[in-house]
Amino acid sequence: MFMGMTAEILARIQFAFTVSFHFIFPAFSIGTAAYIAVLNALWLWKRDPAYLKLFEYWKTIFAVTFGMGVVSGIVMSYQFGTNWAVFSDRAGPVIGPLMGYEVLTAFFLEAGFLGIALFGRKRVGDGLHMFAVVMVAVGTLISATWIISANSWMHTPAGFSVDANGNFVPEDWWAIIFNPSFPYRLTHTVLAAFLTTAFGVGAVGAWHLLKDRENRQARIMFSMAMWMAAIVTPIQIFVGDQHGLNTLEHQPAKIAAMEGHYETQRGAPLILFGIPDDEAEVTRYAIEIPKLGSLILTHDPDGEILGLKEWAREDRPPAIIPFFTFRIMVGIGFLMLGVGLWSLWARWRKTLYTSTWLHRAALVMGPSGFVAVLAGWYTTEVGRQPYTVYNLMRTSESLSPVDAPAVGASLIAFVVVYFIVFGAGVFYLLRLMRRTPVLDEDHELDKGPHRAAGITPGPAQEEPIRSGDQHAN
Amino acid sequence: MPIDLPTVWAGLIAFAVLAYVVLDGFDLGVGILFPLFPERRDRDIMTNSVAPVWDGNETWLVLGGGGLMAVFPVVYATVLPALYMPIILMLLGLIFRGVAFEFRWRTQRGSIWWDVGFFAGSTIAAFMQGIALGALVKGIAIADRSYVGGWWDWLSPFSILTGLALVVGYALLGATWLNLKTTGGLQERARRIAMITGVGTVALIGVVSLWTPFINPVYFDRWFGWPTAFFSAFVPLLVAVCVAALWHGLTTDKHLQPFLAALGLFVLSFVGLGISFYPYIVPGALTIEEAAAPESSLAFLLVGAVVLVPIILAYTGYAYWVFRGKIDPEEGYH
Ligand code: HDD
Ligand code: HEM
Ligand code: HEM
Repeated sequence: MFMGMTAEILARIQFAFTVSFHFIFPAFSIGTAAYIAVLNALWLWKRDPAYLKLFEYWKTIFAVTFGMGVVSGIVMSYQFGTNWAVFSDRAGPVIGPLMGYEVLTAFFLEAGFLGIALFGRKRVGDGLHMFAVVMVAVGTLISATWIISANSWMHTPAGFSVDANGNFVPEDWWAIIFNPSFPYRLTHTVLAAFLTTAFGVGAVGAWHLLKDRENRQARIMFSMAMWMAAIVTPIQIFVGDQHGLNTLEHQPAKIAAMEGHYETQRGAPLILFGIPDDEAEVTRYAIEIPKLGSLILTHDPDGEILGLKEWAREDRPPAIIPFFTFRIMVGIGFLMLGVGLWSLWARWRKTLYTSTWLHRAALVMGPSGFVAVLAGWYTTEVGRQPYTVYNLMRTSESLSPVDAPAVGASLIAFVVVYFIVFGAGVFYLLRLMRRTPVLDEDHELDKGPHRAAGITPGPAQEEPIRSGDQHAN
Repeated sequence: MPIDLPTVWAGLIAFAVLAYVVLDGFDLGVGILFPLFPERRDRDIMTNSVAPVWDGNETWLVLGGGGLMAVFPVVYATVLPALYMPIILMLLGLIFRGVAFEFRWRTQRGSIWWDVGFFAGSTIAAFMQGIALGALVKGIAIADRSYVGGWWDWLSPFSILTGLALVVGYALLGATWLNLKTTGGLQERARRIAMITGVGTVALIGVVSLWTPFINPVYFDRWFGWPTAFFSAFVPLLVAVCVAALWHGLTTDKHLQPFLAALGLFVLSFVGLGISFYPYIVPGALTIEEAAAPESSLAFLLVGAVVLVPIILAYTGYAYWVFRGKIDPEEGYH
């Protein structure tokens, strides 16, 4: 059934599959958590019910996303042991405490305050409720910090020694946590999460504006999202560039793969498009701009760029995946920039809420953040190959003592379950986003006991309303 | 018993696992009992009773797993491959259980499927946790810091028994939780279920306890050898006290007492296991000292744990307090 597939390749596919699915949710929930915190703050500050309604609207979407993030994350925390036992044993003393701190400082914080943030406004009052919402948002950011630190250490290990058994022994925690690529990767990933959310929110706003350009809440979300797009995208591009320079310093083979360079050369071109061929060691059909590669990476048109041939074949990453995923990410980055600038122009011309073409563009760009984020991670992770801990521990040495059929069977189980469960989840999310945001005259807080607000369909009349105890607001 | 870093950590990990078992135990139990409450209204109340807290409960599992990787990496790296299948099935079960809280509200026609998923996910997760425990008690084959056994080693009559015991035990926790949190006919039924599952739990604890000493002579000496028998005699005694409290609470319609008594049963069984295991962390294969990570790892994480665990307990307690009292069917957190 898994003919020719080794346990190693199956375990890699399984890890890549589960972590990719997992990251889709944090990419959105990190940004949404911050977004609903802002909405709630605006409601408390301005007492404009539009913000409260928007908070309730996005809160429901956040809750569904977050739930999927949690369950897919729990799988991840056990995958290291089931699939990468040798890695866990040898690198566990370094990676483990970072993840331990993630649990202690972030996961408990998110989980502890989530209930209050989602269902507790009536019970604890506005002030404490706001506090809980902020704690959830802060928790997601703390979580990102620790896990990115752990991941960055695998790319740019620092602050450790290796004992007689080949185990990594932590020596300097400061150096481990703030390893050379961590600040870049953290900033780039968190901004990526914010952008993913901004374009998600922007698309929902655009969709409702296309149906009714007077809808007040749709206008608010669209405007907020476009501000984010216009401000954050340029920062992200700048950070990405700095990140690349850092990678050039620490993982030049990854850069060579991303750029599709096999030969070391001075005045290297920027290859816009091509098809890297690892066998023949050339990038075919290359469309290049002379000297631009060296200029971007060394800030000198004649700077030297190492090519993949500098490394023995067995020490090189495969070029084709990083080459393409990197271009996808950067391409989307510039498209995002384009939408951001367009929105500024429209705002200035006072057509932000009426420009149908802008709304269509924003709608199409809705899923772009997710694509860019995954493309970015594939660039990073495949570019690290063939190592799990860069230059120190190979992926092939990291594997558990597992049999291919066991890994293969569980891989199939994951694929089936994930597509059913998360497929349904995404379907429900889209349905929640289709609800027209409405503004009742009497808003929720003026009413009697807190009824079916929150995660139930709430104000959405087109949603299936549960019989019995469910009261539509 | 030397008090050094590995021992402290073994205690902390044990605490995290215990916290997980009793806390997620009751919400998995609620899921296990789902088929016995076919009314949608009852089911809404049942899920509402755990909706605000289940995520926090499950986080103890992450602390147990993540903590193990940090402080006893070799245990993490041998036990998980040994229990590959039960762990993966448990994770898949937890996925269905976790999403059901949200998804069953999101659809009219499909909600029955998420109810089924909630039940099946909870039951599978509980059963697999019990199997994992049984397999661990039986012992796993480790040589040279890696697992050397086969793919089906975890499956044995004993591990199936412990799997069953945990399902019934969680059902008891769930029933006493519902007895505490609900009113009217729902509570009445939960109370009766608690009686039945209570009898079942106690019987299964008995069978498992009698069987365990014969699996490995170490356990036998521990329980029947002197001087440890002096201490281990206390455990069955306290179990008897809990059983009495449980029965008394249920027959006189107390609300909190049966839940606490059921928790007590779990705590005592866990202490009993600890008595059997110590000083091993994987029975017969790895001691706490052997398995410990380098001191720099233990010390670094301990600083955080000492400061943060009390804070976590405080705000988790607060969250429970915010949602205290009986579930008002009209309020519906959802
Ligand atoms: C940059 C962010 C990020 C990245 C790279 C990862 N995660 Fe994650 N994770 C989060 C950001 C996050 C989060 C924002 O904290 C989550 C997302 C879902 C959720 O919505 O909370 C979460 C949830 C989450 C949970 C459940 C927490 C709970 O019980 O509340 C676990 C156990 C993990 N993750 C573990 C992992 C592991 C082992 C990863 C690496 C392979 C990983 N995550 C990558
Ligand atoms: C969340 C975003 C992430 C994504 C999308 C992602 C993606 C991937 C992919 C695609 C691979 C496979 C590379 C290959 O086999 O060629 C991989 C490998 C790996 N990643 Fe990540 N990763 C992410 C985050 C992390 C984090 C945060 C960690 C650790 C803290 C991590 C640890 C690993 C390990 C141990 C491997 C080795 C297994 C392998 O090579 O397949 N990853 N990842
Ligand atoms: C357009 C300009 C951009 C540049 C120059 C850029 C640059 C980079 C580079 C060089 C890496 C690989 C780092 C490494 O591991 O060595 C990377 C990774 C990544 N990128 Fe980008 N990026 C850009 C835009 C974006 C956008 C728009 C997003 C998402 C919205 C994004 C999300 C990511 C993510 C999630 C990763 C993986 C995590 C990491 O290593 O930071 N990037 N980016």
